[in-house]
Amino acid sequence: MSDPHSKPKFRWHIVVFLAPAVLVYTAVMIYPLFNTLRLSLFTEVDQARVYVGLQNFRTLFGDTVWSTQFWNALGNNFWFFVIHMLVQNPIGIALAAILSHPKLRFASFYRSAIFIPTILSFVIVGFAWKLILSPIWGIAPGMLDAVGLKSLYAPWLGKEAYALTTLSLVSVWQFVGIPMMLIYAALLSIPEEILEAAEVEGITGLAAFWKIKLPLILPSIGIISILTFVANFNAFDLIYAAQGALAGPDFSTDILGTFMYRTFFGFQLQLGDPHMGSTIASAMFAIILVGVCLYLFGIQSRMRRYQF
Amino acid sequence: MNAARKNPFNTYAAHGALILYTLIALFPVFVIVINSFKTRKAIFREPLALPNSDSFSLIGYETVLKQGDFFLYFQNSMIVTVGSLFFILLFGAMAAFALAEYRFKGNLIMGLYLALGIMIPIRIGTVAILEMMVQTGLVNTLWALILVYTAQGLPLAVFILSEFMRQVSDDLKNAGRIDGLSEYRIFFRLVLPLVRPAMATVAVFNMIPIWNDLWFPLILAPAEEVKTLTLGSQVFIGQFVTDWNAVLSALSLAILPVMALYVIFSRQLIRGITSGAVK
Repeated sequence: MSDPHSKPKFRWHIVVFLAPAVLVYTAVMIYPLFNTLRLSLFTEVDQARVYVGLQNFRTLFGDTVWSTQFWNALGNNFWFFVIHMLVQNPIGIALAAILSHPKLRFASFYRSAIFIPTILSFVIVGFAWKLILSPIWGIAPGMLDAVGLKSLYAPWLGKEAYALTTLSLVSVWQFVGIPMMLIYAALLSIPEEILEAAEVEGITGLAAFWKIKLPLILPSIGIISILTFVANFNAFDLIYAAQGALAGPDFSTDILGTFMYRTFFGFQLQLGDPHMGSTIASAMFAIILVGVCLYLFGIQSRMRRYQF
Repeated sequence: MNAARKNPFNTYAAHGALILYTLIALFPVFVIVINSFKTRKAIFREPLALPNSDSFSLIGYETVLKQGDFFLYFQNSMIVTVGSLFFILLFGAMAAFALAEYRFKGNLIMGLYLALGIMIPIRIGTVAILEMMVQTGLVNTLWALILVYTAQGLPLAVFILSEFMRQVSDDLKNAGRIDGLSEYRIFFRLVLPLVRPAMATVAVFNMIPIWNDLWFPLILAPAEEVKTLTLGSQVFIGQFVTDWNAVLSALSLAILPVMALYVIFSRQLIRGITSGAVK
């Protein structure tokens, strides 16, 4: 490659290869991220940016108008995450376990069909479910009526007590394909010899799943959990598409993403405030960072990985 | 394992569970699409019936095509998605090659720095991104979206592609060097064609989230002439919320392109996920 007589040259091609990615990534992702954290320390007075230290955070956590909204959004976001962990991931694992049976016919058809909601946009999903659950159209009450359960029907999206859970379940419906696929992949990578050895010992069926496969796919479940966590605490689109920026009824579906959007852009009578928006973004950043660190240092490093 | 083969009851139960879930997954899409072809009366009278000669109507589609500029939205979405994928793949592959191929000071640090973005969502920096786009005059242009999606897609692309590039044989590259190929030619002529399957996987992973994103179009490019299909249908549906024919038709039209992409790329997507590209 290089002339043996000369000294080792500076390898410019490394710089050329790295520069575009590093520049775009730094300029559009990393720099704005830190700039947002920095902006949370400023406020606007007479159209000038003034440094105020941690004042915005004091307002967010201390001023009751702000702190009630913040804790409401955080609590709702947490519930959103809990529903995903309790419903989406177990259903995904169960579907993957069924799909990974050898000799199951039509497996690829089921797999592709169940993945379809995941590829649809939040706008489609939000509106489609809004229409289906709407009391005006009557598909949901009609179907419940057909199985004699009409009394169970309520306009779920319009009731404060149910709206958030309903939307969480819609989101679960949409994204169940992701844990299904990842667990399916993990299950396929378990060597046949292990399962055969278990079979010789008389461990088959459900016992084989609980005692052999589940422990082996735990690392994948860990990854799915952290992906779910990051996605949930950064969610916005579904709530916005189905309930609007006000996350109604009466903020009962407000999560951190919609709260930040409203604060940043303003709504109705409230003016947009980029500095308070940055403050909320910084809080979200801290929450996600804590979650990811807990996972990396608390869970992943302790998990036993098996190499086949 | 074998028990499932021997016991027909287990097989039936497995199929039963899968069919039930498939129905749950497809039912909403089915209801939306069939009702978009019906008259307003039929939509409400028999929402679950297929359209027949009596109830068939294209009135919703007529409204949508007359009122909304869906071809423009579609074109914008195409430009943004294809442009972003092009830059993600080109820049991502170049950086991945540098990290996988050469030993240099700071290689590990650079790899970790680029990997940071896999876990941290770019949305956190939205306030400063908007400010920057306003200052550079890129707000309300498709370039703003392409830049943001490129930055968002690069970390995972570099991570996946560098894993694959480590597997390309050194003998091949060294043979190229002996033949006097420059490092750039080795990359473009020898390595890139070999990692094409991995590039396809990265492209498919990035395509759907970019196409479907609502947040950045809403914030960075809300102007009529640069609306993406996702934002365009959101706004259109918001305006026509009482016109059920139009709403159902708009939803169906928004489903169509993603379904087409999915049908074309689903094998690639599923192979990508199941080959463990995202461990």
